[in-house]
Amino acid sequence: MPETQARRITIDPVTRLEGHGKIDVFLDEQGNVERAFFQVPELRGFEKFVQGRPAEEMPQITSRICGVCPTAHHMAATKALDALYQVNPPPAARKIRELVYSAFMVEDHALHVYFLGGPDFIVGPKAPAAERNVLGVIARVGKETGLKVIAMRRKLRELIAVAGGKVIHPVLGLPGGVARRIQPEERTRFREIAAEAVDFALFTLETFDKLVLQNSDYVGLIISDAFTHRTYYMGMVDERNRVNFYDGRVRVVAPDGAEWAKFEADHYLDYLAERSEPWTYVKFCYLKPVGWRGFEDGPESGVYCVAPLARLNAAEGMATPLAQGAYARYFATLGGKPVHHTLANHWARVVELLYAAERLRELADDPEIIDPNIRTLPSATPARGIGIVEAPRGTLIHHYETDERGLIRKANLIVATQNNAARIAMSVEKAAKSLISGGQVSDGILNMIEMAFRAYDPCHGCATHSIAGVPALELRIRDSRGDTVRTMRRS
Amino acid sequence: MDLAEKVLDVVAAVDIVFWPVALDFKRRDVEEMADGAVAAAFVNGAIRTSEQEEMARLLRRKSKLLFAFGSCAHLGGIPGLANLSSRETILECVYGEGARPLAEWRDNGRTVTLPEFYDEVMALNQVVDVDYYIPGCPPTPKIVAQALEALLSGNMPEKGAVLAPDRALCEECPRRDTRPEKLALAGFKRPHEVLADPEQCLLAQGLVCMGPATRGGCEALCVQGNMPCSGCFGPTSRVRDYGGKALSALASMVDSNDAAEIERILQSVPDPTGTLYRYSLPSSLLRRKRAEVSHA
Repeated sequence: MPETQARRITIDPVTRLEGHGKIDVFLDEQGNVERAFFQVPELRGFEKFVQGRPAEEMPQITSRICGVCPTAHHMAATKALDALYQVNPPPAARKIRELVYSAFMVEDHALHVYFLGGPDFIVGPKAPAAERNVLGVIARVGKETGLKVIAMRRKLRELIAVAGGKVIHPVLGLPGGVARRIQPEERTRFREIAAEAVDFALFTLETFDKLVLQNSDYVGLIISDAFTHRTYYMGMVDERNRVNFYDGRVRVVAPDGAEWAKFEADHYLDYLAERSEPWTYVKFCYLKPVGWRGFEDGPESGVYCVAPLARLNAAEGMATPLAQGAYARYFATLGGKPVHHTLANHWARVVELLYAAERLRELADDPEIIDPNIRTLPSATPARGIGIVEAPRGTLIHHYETDERGLIRKANLIVATQNNAARIAMSVEKAAKSLISGGQVSDGILNMIEMAFRAYDPCHGCATHSIAGVPALELRIRDSRGDTVRTMRRS
Repeated sequence: MDLAEKVLDVVAAVDIVFWPVALDFKRRDVEEMADGAVAAAFVNGAIRTSEQEEMARLLRRKSKLLFAFGSCAHLGGIPGLANLSSRETILECVYGEGARPLAEWRDNGRTVTLPEFYDEVMALNQVVDVDYYIPGCPPTPKIVAQALEALLSGNMPEKGAVLAPDRALCEECPRRDTRPEKLALAGFKRPHEVLADPEQCLLAQGLVCMGPATRGGCEALCVQGNMPCSGCFGPTSRVRDYGGKALSALASMVDSNDAAEIERILQSVPDPTGTLYRYSLPSSLLRRKRAEVSHA
């Protein structure tokens, strides 16, 4: 049960997300909500302590920002290295990266649909706390289905482990390519897994349709004002403005759906800025040309949104046929573009899961994926490189500056959850204000307040990546007589 | 969750009382339990904030056995490299001129609190008594499953054990037979500079592979990905300081007796601290950057 003082309700920790968080709700004399704070209570400071590290280690070091989306950091870092060394990977290497990335997107979205966010709908927003979890989902959909979900994630993770060495914190990314080629017999297995992933995605869409969209209470909740904000939306698109997770340009649409900006990775600082607040460790991003006006909706406020809801809004379609059909139906059902309902993220995520599975199948079916030419050795002197991918939780930007030996001088990371941080804070406060009145709270109501952040699938591990530093350590190597033969010092 | 189907067997065998990423139990639920009521707690992450320390102490008090799960809890982990910087430099780098998060922030009669951000990252056993360590970044499903099986069958080793084989990774490496009897290197290469042969010992190719200094148990996953071991399983039981061991392993491969030549060869490892102490700085003898260094 919640910790309730006279005028304060604390939810600690918030659950079914990656990382840690806390919600503090303050009530007035009448028991109505005055303010609600969604806090991220930790900080690590990756940007500081990566200084002095060799750039080529960044895909592995920054993947440790998060145990759930390491592949996203790994890939953004690898793309930043391509830019840093001005080198293009051979076609097979690029395809291997996107293959791994697509498998990752399927299994990560599936994690949210069935383990993290899904229980709120599949089991129910006000179901007993002890049942609102994956075990409750399995009880509801049947053990056979539960095992199917678990087995699918295991196979996708097997694919990533084969191609990337490890599934959590993979090691494939190098500037100009990947560390390891795909063998023909591995591809045979990958094709089976990919075909199964498409079936699994269709099954997930059907399940979502049956359990959520055919329940009018749930649809009412999704489109209710308590869970709606009219903001800007951002996501990466291909040359035809279709959703792309691995590469492309970043497109931003205004609250009315019109294109507001489209930019290359290199120009992100012209569009995005960060600011901090005294009550949380996370930094809040906003659109620099629009400016920061506080935690507000509308075209005059620089608050914007990323991740599935935003990506579908910021794009004009999906690049694969089945996902395109699902995309069209999504907007037709929810009243056209853009969709401003936070809880529609759950549906948008399933549409994206289908796209990722279809893209995985295309890549596994492509015979070029087994080409042994997987590296272009870099020769340029490194200076500056920026890499962008769409992480499951939104746009992820890695920006490195190095000395001529490729040692990091400066790193700037804009992570998915930071982009969403302002809108998440607004969503939690609005849900609290809408759902609590006269001091009446229940476990179910508090869970519905948590649903306001959970729909975004935030990752507080990522949000708190920040850390900084210059190593000044000395190592002395002595010979057998104890005399110093070598001193290594960084300052 | 990496246990895949096996996680259902685990769930059937035990009651899970706190698992924030998957279940809706809150801190209060743990606080209300009797001391020692929990059979085993698996704690991941290093300790950097007052809240993390409180949670570690709470779980210690409520649990009969406490497991440090993963490199951060075991040795301090990659975020432990932050011990190369002071608290102030980190905050300056992150927030610059902007608002600083405050331990207590007052606003119209409301007090909003944040955990304190400590000056140092600590491994779990620098804060509470730890019974067992499950190494790795991350621990592999196999060693996690083995640890759970040992726990459920009451077949635990001596307190303080690291639950992975007590041998160097090279011994289980699939490229073991290609490693020369005596490595003699005229320089180290960086992974992006060479096309590594996918069959040959990476050290023999001049890449800095931490296999000789690192505990086995992962089955050389990174090497199977054609990249060198970076040392996430930490040292074997015979080694107190992982970085020291790694340094002596590398130094023994330097093929020269000439001081200037040795200097040149060692210069080819551009970031010795971050390479040798990638996962273990907080638990090392160095522990963190010292304010003063006397030069020989």
